Formats: sequence, C-alpha cells, structure tokens
Amino acid sequence: MFSLNRIVDLIKQPVHRTEVHLRGGVHPDEHKHESTQQPIMSLPIPHQIVLPLRQHVGHLPKLLVKVGERVKKGQLLAEAEGSISAAIHATTSGTVIAVQDSLIPHPSGLPDQCIVIAADGLDEWVDLHPMDWRQQSPASLIEHLRLSGIVGMGGAAFPTQVKLRTTPKSPVHTLIVNGAECEPYITCDDMLMRERATQIIQGLAIARHIMGVENCIIGIEDNKPEALQAMTEAAAKADFAVQVKVVATMYPSGDARQLIRLLTGIEVPNDKRSTDVGLQCFNVATLLALHRYFDFGEPAVSRIVTMTGRVNEPRNYEVLFGTPMTDLIAASGGALSGVDDYIMGGPMMGFSLPSIHVPVTKASNCIIASAPDLFPPAAEAMPCIRCARCADACPVQLQPQELYWFAKSENIEKAREYHLFDCIECGCCSYVCPSNIPLVQYYRFAKSEAIAQDRAKEAANVARERNEFRLMRIDREKQERAQRHAQKALGSKDSSEQAPAAATNTEDAASKQAAIQAAIERAKAQKAQMKPKNVEDAPTQVKAEIAEIDARREQAKQAVTQSQAQPAAQQASLFDQAPASSDANSADKD
Amino acid sequence: MLTAIWVMIGLALALGLLLGYSSVKFKVEGDPLVDRIDAILPQTQCGQCGFPGCKPYATAIASGEADINQCPPGGDAGVRALADLLGVEYKPLNTEHGEPKPKSVAVIDENVCIGCTLCIQACPVDAILGAAKHMHTVIASECTGCELCIAPCPVDCITMEPVKESPDNWKWRYPVIRIQPVAEHTTTNSIH
Repeated sequence: MFSLNRIVDLIKQPVHRTEVHLRGGVHPDEHKHESTQQPIMSLPIPHQIVLPLRQHVGHLPKLLVKVGERVKKGQLLAEAEGSISAAIHATTSGTVIAVQDSLIPHPSGLPDQCIVIAADGLDEWVDLHPMDWRQQSPASLIEHLRLSGIVGMGGAAFPTQVKLRTTPKSPVHTLIVNGAECEPYITCDDMLMRERATQIIQGLAIARHIMGVENCIIGIEDNKPEALQAMTEAAAKADFAVQVKVVATMYPSGDARQLIRLLTGIEVPNDKRSTDVGLQCFNVATLLALHRYFDFGEPAVSRIVTMTGRVNEPRNYEVLFGTPMTDLIAASGGALSGVDDYIMGGPMMGFSLPSIHVPVTKASNCIIASAPDLFPPAAEAMPCIRCARCADACPVQLQPQELYWFAKSENIEKAREYHLFDCIECGCCSYVCPSNIPLVQYYRFAKSEAIAQDRAKEAANVARERNEFRLMRIDREKQERAQRHAQKALGSKDSSEQAPAAATNTEDAASKQAAIQAAIERAKAQKAQMKPKNVEDAPTQVKAEIAEIDARREQAKQAVTQSQAQPAAQQASLFDQAPASSDANSADKD
Repeated sequence: MLTAIWVMIGLALALGLLLGYSSVKFKVEGDPLVDRIDAILPQTQCGQCGFPGCKPYATAIASGEADINQCPPGGDAGVRALADLLGVEYKPLNTEHGEPKPKSVAVIDENVCIGCTLCIQACPVDAILGAAKHMHTVIASECTGCELCIAPCPVDCITMEPVKESPDNWKWRYPVIRIQPVAEHTTTNSIH
C-alpha cells in the first residue's frame, strides 16, 4: 500500500512525460490491481513437462533428443533451423518419455509436435558457461544467441537474435524498452520491473553493446508508479545514460510502433521496419532473459505468467516452460465457480485456450479464468451503421468499416489495398463498435485467407518452374537420343568398311575382359569379408540355425559350379571368337 | 511550299526510323496474354481441362479455343479471375472436367511399390523420387495433387491423401454468428 512519503517521493521525481499522444485507442477497465497484491512466486517443478516445438514465430526447430534420453535443465533439445527460428531447452532435469503430437496453446486448437519430459525433481542444471560479453564482438554474441532460445516475451515470441542483428545500411541509434504493458489484466511486466529492475538494466546493457546503441529510452504507462520508481532508481545506477519516460495509460500504447512514436515522436512507415529508421524495441522480460543468458549462462527456461480473473488468488508466477496450465490454475487456489473458459493473453488480443491441458509456453504472458459475469457473451451483431467510431479508435489509422466490408464479402484484394496487413489486431474497433460486430475476427479471417492465397501462388510458381524444367529435360533427352542414333548409324557403317581394324578391336576386348575379371575378383573378396550385422545379438539357437543354413547354401553352390564347369569352359572359348559383335550388341541396348 | 514538303518527308523518315528501331529493340517475346492467363491457373498440371498442362490451356484460352471454366483445381475463384482478366462474362465451372477437391498429395505405399518408374514418368513436376526396381516416394512439398500418377501404377499403390490441417496452415474461420436457441415459450411463430 502507498505510504504518504512514497507518494510525495513519486511526485518529486523528475518524470519525463511524453508530449505525443496515441491516436485513437481505448481505455477499458484495467483490472491490474488484483494480481499485483503479492510478489512473484515460483511455481514448484511439475511432474511432467510438455514442450511444444512451436513456441515462437518462424521455422520449427530441429529435434536433437531421442525418447528415453536423460536430460538436464538447460540442455538443448531442439536447435534453431533457418534464419528465423529459436531453440528449445529442457526446463528441468528428467527423462524424455515421448515425442508426440499433443494440444498446444494455439487458437487453432490443433495438436502439434511436443517433447514430453518426466521430471525427476532434482532440477539439475547442465554446466553453465557465463560469458564476458563486454570482450566479445556483437556478431559472435548474436551467433551465441541462436542457442539461447530467447524470443520476444511480450507475447509475439519473435526470435530475439534476429531483432538484435543490425546492418551497416540501417544502424540503430535508439533502443526502446517496452514496459508499457497496456492490455488490461496483464501485470507480468509490471511485477518484473518492480522486483528485478536492476537485472533488466543489465540486460539492456547487453542489448546496447550488441547493437552499438547510445540512446536508451524506457517507456512505462502512468498506471504503474511502483515499476516506474524501481526502473528510475535502477537506471540512475547504470553506467550508461538511460531515460525513463512515462506514457499516458491508453490501450494499445504497448504496441512497438505506437510506443516508438509516443517516446520519440518518430513514426515508423508502414512498409518499413523500425530498424530502418534507427530504432529497435525490446520487452523488459526479453532483456532480463538476455542478462540471464550472458551473465549466468542460463537459456530461456521460464517466464513470469499472470494468473488472474476468476481464481481464488490472482498472482504472478515464475513458471517453467512446459508446465501444465492445470498446475498454474491449482497454484492460484483453483478457479471460482462459474468459470467456463480460459483466455491466454489479454482480453483484447488473447484467445480462448482449447483446453486447460496445455502447457505454458514462451508466449504465455497471462492466463485469465473467464466467466460470463466477467466477460459477458457478445451481444448479437447488428448491421454496420457506418458511424466510423472504429476509424476514430483505430491506432494505426485504418478504415475499419471499409476493411470489414471487404473482408465480409471475401474481397481479399481490395482489403489488401486498404492496408489490411497494417492492422495490429488490437481489437479497439470491436471494442467501440455499437453494433457489436466482431471486426477483428473478420480481419483475422481475411489475413489468413490472404496468406493462404500467397502461399498457393508461391507453390504454383514452383510447380510451373518444375514443369517447364521437366519439359525442357524431356526435349533435351529426345535430341540427345536422336543424335546418338545418328552417330551409331554412321559408326556401324564405318566398322563394316574398316574390316582390317578388327585386329586392334580384339586387343581392346582382351584388356576389357581382364578388367572385368579383376572387378569380379574384387567383389568376391569384398563379399567374403562381409559379415551380417544383425546376428551378433541373436540367441545361440538362432545362430546355430543360421550356420546350418549357410553350410547348406555352400554345398548347393559347389554342386552348381561343378556341373557348370564344363559348359562354361566351352562358352569361354566361344566368347573369344566374337568380341566385336558383342560390343555392338551392348551398344544397342543404350 | 517545297520546304514544307521536305520538312514533312524529313519528319516521316525520322519517325519511321525511330519506330522501326523501337520495334526491334523493345520486341515483346512470347504472348503476354498467355503468361497472364497462366499466372492465374493453379499450375497443378493435371490436364483435367483437356490440355496437356496449364500453359497449353492458357494458350488455348488466349486463342479462343477453350472456355474459361474448364479448370476444377482453380475453382470458382479462378474462373472469376480469368473472367476479370479477359473481360468476359463469368460462367460456373464446367463439371464435365471434374469437381474441385480439397488439396491432396499423392502417397506411395512403399511396401507395395515394385519400382516400375511408371509414376515417375507420369509426374508433371518431377515430384516422385526413385529408380528402376527401387522403391519410389513422393516429395510431398512439390506434389501438386494432379493424380496423374495413380492411373499408370500397375500395383495400385498410390493414394491421394488430403493435406491435414496443422497449426502451420490453419486459417481463421469466417465469423459466424451463432443462432440463439429460441426460448421454450416463444417457439411458435417467432421470427428469430
């Protein structure tokens, strides 16, 4: 609770308020105080860990472990594959008991490949190798980060090593630290900033070193005074300059592009990345993960998750990735009566979990136990009256009412023209719509439809290329065959005309024969050396049986060679007489 | 008078040379219309349209020999796109050429395959891998689902399997507003 002194302190602080205001946006009930009453608690190690391979944006990582293998905490289980990908680590020690499809927290509700580990409770770490990152070049640090499994912890789960990469063409001059946490109910970043501000600043120092950046700005919404104070104090102690700025509480100020504009006044063009204008933005929890990786050697194994809504004890927990959601719900005292759904993420952008039997992943920032009295079911959607309230609320200044029109009529091309892909799916338009139209659902539908179309187009292009290549190949083969036939016709004429040359041909044939004989000998020798590989572990009875069969085979072989010895000799003498014709025969077979 | 004639002759010569030069220099190779039609076609290369591939069908459409509604894999959307491009009336898909099906890929039962290479020769996009008397397999990512490999197989070991939905290719559904159950006492003649 606030003491008067503390409030006075807060007021006295030289706080930089931003001049720029968010365009549009909404301010729903915050509901943040429920889960900030108590400090972060570590959840005990679960009996079983289920680690989906798909926990981040980009390619699936490549599996490195086998079922039955014992793994230690922090051991690499799957390595990043392709440029945009992240590694997966064991989050506690135990035995890999399965690699199977199971339910993952994904809006599709479809199962996906997961590594299942039976925890042994020892929580034994692998050998950790902290790094003196100040002495290392940024390039080698980024290469190291591929093994860290760190992804953006704000919920988007984009691999961090990709974001840290700078090109000489677009140098980054300012780092933005995202502590806005604008979505209602979510408090994991708030609690993290209150309790681990120094570590966040240490992480910031690493990011600063890797990107070669001078300016650092931390942006925090004005509804988190404790976090603001903690961060200001930690920033003051840092050996580099850090600005802490306050932004007005307004959803969605925590969106990277919005926060950049609020803090610096720079608007990132819609077709460019923030790095193109010299800015990069990291979530506070991501920076903390960087600190833990480089200063302690610990890869990404846990995160802070807000468990709130209709549970007995809403609170923030430090949870190992792969922990069952049921454990988290149980730790918070269980769901209250009436809970019929669980939302992952916030109420604005989150999605309903397909089941509570899914694991916590790198993207799970908040779980809300939802009940009809908390989030009443959406009222019936009415026709659009074109009031354009959605356009006023849209933080990226789109025309949601037009987009709705095109998405509804499945006119994807037109929706694209109206910048469908600039939509950040924040949900402000749906929130303010007086007709209760689920606008964001329409945009999501249109977006995934557009992505599917693009993929089909790409596949069609590949198919066209392969088909054209095949036709070209068939054509080339036809030509080559025709050429060969023509040559052969010429060649056979030549051989009939040049009878005297037959003598040299015989010599050639003799040397060929010798070569064939040598090859046969080699093959025989190799065959004699070879032993069947799969009989070593066979029981003695089976071995005896095999020996018997081998003996019988040998006998049969000998009988055959004896009976063939005479005719073979005759054939050999015949063979010598007609070498030229046999050559011609073999050429014909081509 | 004479000057004017000379000026006109001079102009005619100069412009003629310019036009002649540019017709050689900026000559368009091939028929751009065929390429634009081909870009709309799904490149399944299945031949259901009655032509031996998408490009021949595109050529036939461009020359007016074929209708725009003969491509089942392209579906209704494909016909609409073609109608838009060519400025002709939309026609429903001609079912004589087949019905649109969900995207599938060929799967070879590798226990049954005898390695005859007939399917390899039939595949229009070289998506089957194998050699004579060796097991064949389909490169699933390159398979267009044209079904051309099924007929030549002497042991019927190729089946078409619809592509499964996974979190990777999953799509958000079109928002459907659920019909509310009508309360018991208002069942008769309610306009819900």
